[in-house]
Amino acid sequence: MNRIVASLLLLFGLGCAGLAAAENMAPATVEAVAAVAEAAAPVATLAPVPDKGDTTWMMISTLLVVLMTLPGLALFYGGLVRAKNMLSVLTQVFAIFCVIAILWVAYGYSLAFTAGGDLNSYIGGLSKMFLSGVDTSVNVETFSKGVVIPEMLFMMFQLTFAAITVALIVGGFAERIKFSALLVFSVLWFTFSYLPLAHMVWFWGGPSAFADPAGFLFAKGALDFAGGTVVHINAGIAALVGALVIGKRVGYGKDAMAPHNLTSTMIGASLLWVGWFGFNAGSNLEANGTAVLAMVNTVVATAAAAVSWMFAEWLLKGKPSLLGIASGAVAGLVAVTPAAGFAGPMGAIVLGLVSGAVCLWGVTGLKHALKYDDTLDVFGIHGIGGILGAIATGILVNPALGGTGVFDYATNAVAEYNLTAQLTSQLWGVGTAIVWSGVVSFVLFKAIDAVMGLRVSEEEEREGLDTATHGERAYNL
Amino acid sequence: MKFVTAIIKPFKLDEVREALSAIGVSGITVTEVKGFGRQKGHTELYRGAEYVVDFLPKVKLEVAVKADLVDQVIEAVSKAAQTGKIGDGKLFVWDLEQVVRIRTGETGAVAL
Repeated sequence: MNRIVASLLLLFGLGCAGLAAAENMAPATVEAVAAVAEAAAPVATLAPVPDKGDTTWMMISTLLVVLMTLPGLALFYGGLVRAKNMLSVLTQVFAIFCVIAILWVAYGYSLAFTAGGDLNSYIGGLSKMFLSGVDTSVNVETFSKGVVIPEMLFMMFQLTFAAITVALIVGGFAERIKFSALLVFSVLWFTFSYLPLAHMVWFWGGPSAFADPAGFLFAKGALDFAGGTVVHINAGIAALVGALVIGKRVGYGKDAMAPHNLTSTMIGASLLWVGWFGFNAGSNLEANGTAVLAMVNTVVATAAAAVSWMFAEWLLKGKPSLLGIASGAVAGLVAVTPAAGFAGPMGAIVLGLVSGAVCLWGVTGLKHALKYDDTLDVFGIHGIGGILGAIATGILVNPALGGTGVFDYATNAVAEYNLTAQLTSQLWGVGTAIVWSGVVSFVLFKAIDAVMGLRVSEEEEREGLDTATHGERAYNL
Repeated sequence: MKFVTAIIKPFKLDEVREALSAIGVSGITVTEVKGFGRQKGHTELYRGAEYVVDFLPKVKLEVAVKADLVDQVIEAVSKAAQTGKIGDGKLFVWDLEQVVRIRTGETGAVAL
């Protein structure tokens, strides 16, 4: 792992120049693409009508993913910090959700989910800025030919993904980040890391226009059912880079920094789990057997990871802890995210068992060996779990292992499975996410640090961000 | 007059209070405190981060009584707070110079 991090850091250095080009990408695409995306509503000729069951399921799924962030993730994170920083974490998650929600309808959805002309491999266009043309009469295709849901619904479902991804990152540098710097980072990172990756992984023409130019990683055949790459690797790497650039908390390794309220963390983890059914099963975009498969995998992989972490900790450290079982559950949820609709339930259990133990190593062995202060272990759980899940998806999709296989829209049948080819595709996804997010995050953190400073003063940090930054405290007992 | 400070295990507080009431003690002051003695602390483990907790939670009782009652107080607290295991706590007995009841201005033993 040392080598991975070392090479990562090397890439950041090399990437600085390349990123300047990447940052210019979005504006360049604007005009070129406006016309193309207009034609992208692929099933206009068939004029299918959305099924009310599908529509309802997707509305519920969308709300479930909202629940993951507010209050799920906020409580999960909040309980893990010291009492003096509780409100700062809650405020950060709340504020990020709100900011990203607005940016998503302003330009995020368009850049992620429209065709992008010459740059279509990496980013979409601006034709649907401010939801231009996305009204109640417009539908988008799901993963089945001729099955549609309202585009506004798809747009909002995806909004919740963008919001939670950015919110996840705050765990990496919690208890010391300057609130204003965090907001600036969130806006820029959303624009330059989340949107391109979402486009690269998820953008395609749809079942009726599968041959249309798709995003870079979609075209590579990288499978990511519900966002292991886009959400978890992406956020995990950003958090790691953030923790490295910002530096350790004052007193790290010396002062007691025990979580202040594990009850809150347990509630948050449970809400994350419940919400994750919408995240994973909702990513199927329609209420059918595959959605149910994703739902089953979301329960069994998670349960397996939770007990795997618990028993591993019990064996190695002597006691089974609540934080352990809750962290294991989140690790399992992360790992099964890309595999949710591809793996069979037994494969998902194996994935869960492995991910629980591996992420325990991620937050203990790896973290201590590399000596970074990722406050809430975003990298150890979301980064490591996301990478593991993305690679495992390539193995578990194999029909011989109970997976669904990869559906080929050209032949209307499940394509023949090829382990090497699929793993190669998955590694493209993992590698691209690591490098892209790593480089973008590094440049953004460095730039923001230079312009406005990333960190609160040592005095404010010791006082706690609740009173120092927000002027209130969580508990007036 | 004597002043007794007792450090006891928190869960023994009710028994100690009852024992003191039974011998005629009319008031006590209770504080939640932390400290260490011969009883070792314990370690807490959060995702592999180990914290050694040296200071264990105890309850501090303060009782002011007439000198002739002090032996009974010592006996009552010792008996009620005892589990026989390490960490049961300690008693400190002081001479008490003066007592004032703020409401009335009474002083000395009457104010107890």
